Order: sequence, then C-alpha cells, then structure tokens
Amino acid sequence: MKDSQHKLWEVFVQAKTGAPHEHAGSVHAADSEIALQNARDVFSRRNEAVSLWVVPSDQIVASTPEDEGPFFDPANDKIYRHPKFYSVPKGVRM
Amino acid sequence: MSQEEKLKEFERKIESGEKIEPKDWMPENYRKQLIRMMSQHAHSEIVGMLPEGNWITRAPSLRRKLGLLAKVQDEAGHGLYLYSATETLGVDRSELIENLHNGKAKYSSIFNYPTLTWADIGLIGWLVDGAAIINQTMLAKSSYGPYSRALIRICKEENFHKKQGYEIVSKLAGGTKKQKEMVQEAFNRWWWPTLMMFGPPDKDSPNSAELMKWKVKLNSNDDLRQRFVNLTVPQAIAVDLKVPDPDLKYNEETGNWEFGEINWEEFWNVVKGNGPLNKERLKVRNDAHDRGAWVREAAEAYASKHSSLN
Repeated sequence: MKDSQHKLWEVFVQAKTGAPHEHAGSVHAADSEIALQNARDVFSRRNEAVSLWVVPSDQIVASTPEDEGPFFDPANDKIYRHPKFYSVPKGVRM
Repeated sequence: MSQEEKLKEFERKIESGEKIEPKDWMPENYRKQLIRMMSQHAHSEIVGMLPEGNWITRAPSLRRKLGLLAKVQDEAGHGLYLYSATETLGVDRSELIENLHNGKAKYSSIFNYPTLTWADIGLIGWLVDGAAIINQTMLAKSSYGPYSRALIRICKEENFHKKQGYEIVSKLAGGTKKQKEMVQEAFNRWWWPTLMMFGPPDKDSPNSAELMKWKVKLNSNDDLRQRFVNLTVPQAIAVDLKVPDPDLKYNEETGNWEFGEINWEEFWNVVKGNGPLNKERLKVRNDAHDRGAWVREAAEAYASKHSSLN
C-alpha cells in the first residue's frame, strides 16, 4: 500500500493581536485538530504566533497569474480613487 | 503569449529582482532544478537529525540536552518548511520521501560522517551549521518566492544552532587536557568534509551556471567556501584550536585565508554512496518511517471515522 502523507493544509499565522493573519507555509495532517497541532510545532516554536488558522489547501480559490491583466485592470484607469486626483485651495492643510 | 514571450517575461522578472511565485510560468528546467535542489535541502535537514539524535540521551548535562533537543527539533521543522516549499512546484510529498528512502535522491554528504564523541556535537553546530548559514543566507535571496521565504525563517533559527555548537567547542577547548584533545581530534575530522559542503569547485559544478543565471544561487561554491573559511579560522584561533591544514595562510592583500587542496576524490566517493555511513543513515531513516506506519494509519482511520459521523 502506498504510504499516506495525509491532506495538505495551508497555515496562517498572526504574530500579535492587531496584526493580520499571514500565510506561513503548509503542513500535512489527517484532520484539522492534528493540522493545528502540527502548525504550532512547525511555525511557532518560539512564540511566533498568538493565533493560527489552518485551511485545507484544496479549499482555497486563487486567481491565476494569467488573470493579472484582465482580472485586475479595472482598477488601472480609476485614478479618481486616489487623493492625488483632487486639488484643494492653496495654503489649506488637509 | 508565445513560449518565447513567456520566457522573456520570466527573465525580465529575474533580472529586475522580482520573485517567481508557484503559479507563474517558468522554464521546465527552472522547475526541475528547484525540485532537485529544494528536496535535497529538505532531505538534508531530515537526515541531519540522525548524527545528533544519537547523542541526545548521552548529553553531559541538562543544559546541553535541552539545547540539543531543541536544535534537532528545529531541523525537523526546517525539513518540513522545505518540503512544503518544494510541493508548491507541483510535486507530491510522498514521491519526494520515497526518493529519499530508496536512495534515488541525494542529501548533504556531511551527514554520512559519524559522530564519535560528544565534541562532534559541538563541531556540527559550529562548522556544519556555520557552513549551512552561509549557504542559506545566500539562498534566502533566491528568485523562487516559497524557497526564499522558507529560508528567511530557517536563517533566523539557525544562529542558535551555531552558537550552541561553538559554546560546546569553546568549553571543551578550555577544559582539561583530555577534553582539549577530544575537541581538536573532532575538529581534525570535521574541517575538510565541512569545506566540501559548499560543493565541487566552480569549474566542476555542473548545475551552477544555470542556477546562477536564474538567481536561484547568487554566489558560486568557491566564493561561499572562502567566505566560510575567512569567518571560521579566527573563531578557531580564538579558542586555541589548530586548523588541520599545513597550507593555511593569511593573505594580507586579499584579506583571505588561503587553504590547501581539498580531497575531491573523497567528496565524490561519499556522494556516490560509499561514505562511512551512507547505508546506515538510510536504513535508520527507513526503519523509523516504517515504524511510524501504524500512527499514520491510525490518524487516517480516526479522521475518516470522525468525518463520517458529521
């Protein structure tokens, strides 16, 4: 029988409260409980986390690099979303 | 985009220092080289636990035992970061591990040398981890995003490994006559194999040119080796250990410690599987893996029973 390496989980680490959860890497585990324990042992041996998320890798939906143009370009021509687009009377501090 | 345009875009990214991410287009050989190199790196972390693990139960004090345990645990962690990073290239972990276990994949030859005395544990931390840090600090700037990220994490942890090793070495070197002899003898055995860790000289390194062109590696084997020697010789002098190289001398002009001829015949011999412990290391690794089979099966069984209850 082929040896199982278990399911793949993506790990997100929050370094301190107030900070966002950031992707740190992945672990293999048979279920979510072990995935969380493995994530702790692999990614927080020196208090690098106050909170951990594990997500089954196959549940992540991601954009593809080919999308980079058409998917993101609606934002390209909308300079009016930036403060630089607007002018204010001279001498006024914003 | 045509293949040619894709390659151009890839090379532009590399040139401008942008990172390549898993889903980006990449030349087949870039992917292949990375899988080879990163999985070898992962295997080295895993096999690297064996020579040190041997000594955990025989550490001379609780302080030393705690340090060594934590270090070996880190190596397991580093292996896992690197397997994860390798998997982003679309290769299956069981395949990587199978290739290690059947001897198809390589790992760093340094781990095919035996740890004969407690002093060897000091030498591994000081020299072997010291050399690894130099190599890995370079690789942390590598063009492949997941590899670079894994190595930044690894480098942060690795400094403790080197320092705990050097502490062992310096205590023994300043100890009794017998302790001093023991650490000098271990130094004599580890010095040359450590210099070989940086790989064959640039002129005989088949993969180097391509890896440097794609900025997977940023420095040549010989450059890194010299950097290591320059850093390490003063550390040896500081604890009054003699570098086992009669040709070693300082070049005032270049600032380099020039060293003698490396025995490349020995290097290739160990790479080919004829080192002192190649067979033993693989056997221990395979046995450990086989002995853990029931744990993996039980975890799977528990998980499937649990999910069928929901």
